[in-house]
Amino acid sequence: MDLSYTAEQQAFRAEVRAWLQAHVPSEPLEHFDASRAGFEAHRAWERTLNEGSWGMVTWPKEYGGRGVDLITWLIFEEEYYRSGAPGRVNQNGIFLLGPTLMEFGTPEQKQRFLPPMAAGEEIWAQAWSEPQAGSDLAAVRSTATLEGDHYVLNGHKIWSSRAVFADWAFGLFRAPGSERHKGLSLIFFKLDAPGVTVNPIAKIDGHVGFAEIFLKDVRVPVFNRLGDEGQGWNVCMATAGFERGLMLRSPARYQVAASQLVELYKRHEDTVDPSLRAEVVRAWMGAEAYALSIYSTASRLIRGGSIGAESSTNKIFWSELDIALHQTALAILGSRAELLPQAPHAGDVGDWLGDYIFALAGPIYAGSNEIQRNIIAERLLGLPR
Amino acid sequence: MNFTFSEEQLMAADTARQILADTCSPPQLRAQMAKCEARDAARWQALTDSGLAAILAPEAAGGMGLDAIDFVQIAEACGYAALPEPLVEHAGVAVPLLAATGHETPLLMDAATGKATIAVGHPINPFVADADTATALLMHHADQVYLLDAAQASLTHEPSIDPFRRLFRVDWTPASATRIADAATGKLLWDDALDRAALFTAAQCLGLAQRSVHLAVDYAKGRNQFGKPIGSYQAVKHLLANVQVKIEFSRPVIHAAAAQFEHRNAHTRARISHAKLVASEVADLAARTSIQVHGAMGYSWEVDVHFFLKRALALTYAWGNPALHRARVAERVFRYPLGPEHTFSRKNLYV
Repeated sequence: MDLSYTAEQQAFRAEVRAWLQAHVPSEPLEHFDASRAGFEAHRAWERTLNEGSWGMVTWPKEYGGRGVDLITWLIFEEEYYRSGAPGRVNQNGIFLLGPTLMEFGTPEQKQRFLPPMAAGEEIWAQAWSEPQAGSDLAAVRSTATLEGDHYVLNGHKIWSSRAVFADWAFGLFRAPGSERHKGLSLIFFKLDAPGVTVNPIAKIDGHVGFAEIFLKDVRVPVFNRLGDEGQGWNVCMATAGFERGLMLRSPARYQVAASQLVELYKRHEDTVDPSLRAEVVRAWMGAEAYALSIYSTASRLIRGGSIGAESSTNKIFWSELDIALHQTALAILGSRAELLPQAPHAGDVGDWLGDYIFALAGPIYAGSNEIQRNIIAERLLGLPR
Repeated sequence: MNFTFSEEQLMAADTARQILADTCSPPQLRAQMAKCEARDAARWQALTDSGLAAILAPEAAGGMGLDAIDFVQIAEACGYAALPEPLVEHAGVAVPLLAATGHETPLLMDAATGKATIAVGHPINPFVADADTATALLMHHADQVYLLDAAQASLTHEPSIDPFRRLFRVDWTPASATRIADAATGKLLWDDALDRAALFTAAQCLGLAQRSVHLAVDYAKGRNQFGKPIGSYQAVKHLLANVQVKIEFSRPVIHAAAAQFEHRNAHTRARISHAKLVASEVADLAARTSIQVHGAMGYSWEVDVHFFLKRALALTYAWGNPALHRARVAERVFRYPLGPEHTFSRKNLYV
């Protein structure tokens, strides 16, 4: 065990830091879910990142990456969050679909989809859930009917993050007549294809962060299927493993938020309930613990290990940490906690409220925490179904 | 950056786990309790024959001269078994403390083989654990370190709710003949001993927590209500899953604290305290959850969970209570630079 960075890793950190200092926009961009303009501003930022070869550093060079390992990716993420750079509008692509493509894609599929993903030229939405298939994802009813070298897609997807403005979506479809986990395939489709209707759904913050998607006889080439026909469930679970296990929420996000929480507490120390000090310390410890856990997982993966059911513990931990951390911030702000940043006397309320509202979604998306608890109980602890 | 254990470390931990599984099962604990024996001689022999007391002892004294990271999983295994014998305090705390004084004594060699055991009277603890079976005692007085023969101390037994915990008030008289380190050296050594003990106590708590969960899982698989194993109900599953999440996020803190132990700076001290805080919390939560899952049986003397509950209670306040450790984490949080680039900082931040 050696918990120190190599000279190469330190040099990488310095390079990322210098590049971000020179390139991160000085003014925050409008949120990518708030409007088409905000979305496109984030797309432009993805292009800038890609010009520096920072789109997805773990990918091989031929797909727009730098071919570095997961520890180096964590260093990139640390510098990224530290710099206050814009949120990644293409996270469904680069963090979820990308690793799955790397594992299950043919060389032609990788060449077709990864470089434009890294460049932000094609921004991805996920289309898994359906009105009758939420936590019970194997209940999906949308179909993919094979006709020659095409699939014809029909069905109704919902809660598709980014789908309002994105270019592509990946979703689970079943062969007509198939049941449950069998007969499913993971298929990509363009969101402006004939037969696709996207209806925005407003989130509790009013932004159109997700949408429902209606598919009526949408034709896509068989090339757009990832993994073997009927293997969609396994491919999908691999994606979910990456999502919950490592990439969806990098630890730096919480470490930076915890640092900001400490600063907030220091500014208000004279007037707030002193018991909040312990809560601030607890939030900091949570962020540290999450970072250490991810470094441990990354070390194991680099040495040939795999992510299993323990990825479900990650998802519960960061989603609960996120809420507790932001609740503590709101408690420090006290009677100003409810103020929107544009309120004349908002003072230093910053983004705490908006980020708190966002944190409330954490226990629900990417598989509800109740489902994660079932997975932990059954697969990690061996309790009966 | 490599956050994984070596093959040797994994094998040593497996050895400890195997010996403890063979010699320290709950029926064996109960038999020992019935005989009112402080120590199971065969078990202690098996543990020390395999070199577990020698890991942190210097090579000059026949030890292996290894580091905290080489012992941390052993301490975890001791917690998992609720080991009555003082392997952790003796081999993990007393032996490195005695070695660090530089005092030349054949005792160190006997301590490394487990023939002799040493108890520690640290100022953080009002009582000395396992003083009655100790060959010698390392005692604190005005920051100095004293080494006493057992005969030089007068012991008053202080019964603990943990049937295997042997606490004593030690009355003794400091004398220059028994002083082995002066106050200036001693101050650093006692601080070091506290860190080591807090770290290994955290590791024991992690083991206790995992054992409490495993006992509950075994019971929930076999106990039927409403025609099904109670472990198939989500109300039970989610109780145990919540504990397991806390276990998973205590473990890397403990392991990182062990790996960085030798740095001895504000970062590593805070991490040790972080480890102690969260591990003692999860040991307590796990034991109480396990009792809940066992239902009325869990509240009975007959079911083994109470051994783990009681040890967790004892260890929560031993080697620095939660308030002390929270203050040590707060010291790091409020006084030193924050941010993800400092997670593994090696800078010595003591000023």
